[in-house]
Amino acid sequence: MRHARVPFLAGLALSLAPLALAQSANMNLPASVTAGSAFSIPTSGSGTGVLYLVGPDQALRRDVQLGSPLSFAAGDLFNAGLYLAVLDAGGSATSGTLAVLPAPTPGRISFLAAPSRVPVGLHNGISGSAYVFDAYRNLITAPVPVSFQLTGLAAPAQNRTVTSSNGLAWTEIDSASKQGAAKFIAQAQGVSVTRVIAEVPGDPCGLTISAHPDGKSLQVETAPVRDCSGNPIPDGTIVTFTENYNGMQSTADVPIKQDVAKIDMPAYNGATISVASGVVAGNEIRWGGR
Amino acid sequence: MIKGALLAVALFAATVLLVIIGTLSPVPAAVYYAGGHTLTHSTSTAQAAVESLATDFRARNWGAAYDSLANKAEFTLPEFVQDMTGNTLSLRTFATLESSEVQPLHESDSDAEMLMKLHWSTVVGSYETTRDLHVVKNGDRWAVDWPLVKVPHAPPQVIPVNYLRWDVIYPGAGDEWGAQDVQSPRVRIVDMHPVDRAEGVVVMGELLNDDIVPAFVSVQATLVGKDGSPIGSEGAFDMIEHTLLPRQVTPFLIVFPNTDLSQVGSIRMDPQSVLVSASADPVVEVQNQKYNPSPASISGQLSDQSGQTINIAHVLSTLYDKNGNLVWVAGQYVDRALPPQTPVDFTVPVPEDLARKVSSERTIVATYSAGKSL
Repeated sequence: MRHARVPFLAGLALSLAPLALAQSANMNLPASVTAGSAFSIPTSGSGTGVLYLVGPDQALRRDVQLGSPLSFAAGDLFNAGLYLAVLDAGGSATSGTLAVLPAPTPGRISFLAAPSRVPVGLHNGISGSAYVFDAYRNLITAPVPVSFQLTGLAAPAQNRTVTSSNGLAWTEIDSASKQGAAKFIAQAQGVSVTRVIAEVPGDPCGLTISAHPDGKSLQVETAPVRDCSGNPIPDGTIVTFTENYNGMQSTADVPIKQDVAKIDMPAYNGATISVASGVVAGNEIRWGGR
Repeated sequence: MIKGALLAVALFAATVLLVIIGTLSPVPAAVYYAGGHTLTHSTSTAQAAVESLATDFRARNWGAAYDSLANKAEFTLPEFVQDMTGNTLSLRTFATLESSEVQPLHESDSDAEMLMKLHWSTVVGSYETTRDLHVVKNGDRWAVDWPLVKVPHAPPQVIPVNYLRWDVIYPGAGDEWGAQDVQSPRVRIVDMHPVDRAEGVVVMGELLNDDIVPAFVSVQATLVGKDGSPIGSEGAFDMIEHTLLPRQVTPFLIVFPNTDLSQVGSIRMDPQSVLVSASADPVVEVQNQKYNPSPASISGQLSDQSGQTINIAHVLSTLYDKNGNLVWVAGQYVDRALPPQTPVDFTVPVPEDLARKVSSERTIVATYSAGKSL
């Protein structure tokens, strides 16, 4: 009977030995680390184990010499988020959470500027939204000052500085009174992004035509077509000419070319000729044959 | 069982018999339309001669038609074919003669005047051509003096074209989120008017390109019932000028067949625009446009101001009442190509019941030129 107890005790001791080892294996997780930075996780115990780090879009597996710190090089863990750390030491496991925070320094900016074309002189006509990311494309949720600047050829620069909230800084800026391509720049701690906004003329203003005889026809021509701020209306804009004579009508949609639109129309004494562009009407003339 | 077998044998024998009869003694018209040329032209009367000519047109047998003419010495066969099919790609090129009508206007022993109406069908609908024909009697047969329409051509010249062209660089597939983009053109509906018609509810209006870039536009309308549920959704299809240059206005007309306006609680309009490459050329002038109250129509001439031929032109007319309210949007394709610098007649029919309301009109032309994408 006594001899029979010896193998039983030996088996019990062998089965409890890993449990005793597991109880001694542990890790001291930092509360948080910066994404992409080098860090280490101290471990305790003896023997070997495996550490698993599982988080958003990234999972790592490292062999661990228990009792020694486990080092991670810069760039090993780069996706921000909450990670689950599991230390498997010979069949038993300990676990904990590790917060990986975005780097505080902006590495890139995603800049949404709208619209790509805006009429001149429009109050708050241009909006810019800057999303601030670190070098590893993690959205920096901590407040970051972002400066916006709109510079055009014919207008002084407009500046705004906005502190980001939850990674986003946005602003609205008036469009300039002169047409042209404006640079819209978002900048945060040395990182900048530029968008080009086309500031375009508004509706035609004071649309007028004149007519000159040209053989059997009449050459009808607009004065240089401009908006109410004096900006030339872009070439290609359609101007509609309409001639009414004795119950008959002649019309033509003509694109502006070099600031004016012109067309040859039938020359009828007493004909009235009018002009319009879009919903803007111009003057009307009566052709008297002179 | 035996009866069924007998019936099958009888049907087979009858089929074989009819095939033999049809082969040995075919109907002349069937031979003709099958490509044979043995149809006997009846030219014993003036009307029969014109009807025979229409039969040749229908079979596109231009040689036989040309040979039957009394005045064929005045022009060549190619000129005659060009008169019928156009001298360049146009709706006429692939048109099929669906039917014809011949009306005697005057007839004597030696000559006659006939009105010939030809109804052609094309991929974009039908059109009608009308010719006043002089028919003369030569011996015992009648023959048609064909009134060949000679299309004038602009004299050889060089026309400099320096209108604008817009090209678009679209965002690339590899661009990251938030990269620079170009917005769609701003368009807006400046007028909209639903009416109840025999064919159903018609929604018409005008759309403005309110931007400085060209737009490819379309308009979708959804009828919503009084209980808030959608009745149906339709688009303008070809009753709109799809490519709009900056500040250009197009009419549109959307038909909801078999729908009554009394069922409709509201209408949801959805104008859509896409940035496209486009050219400001060609410019088409609508000349001498005139509203004809009876039969109600708008007629005039289209003059292509550019140096390239416009193969297909679609005339869209917006009709207004004396208060400037929209009355109707009418459209008609022009069957002939528009040669450069040469006026071509057009007529747009207008519904007779609306004729009295029309006080003014505005016409635009949608064009298609072979070899150009837009």
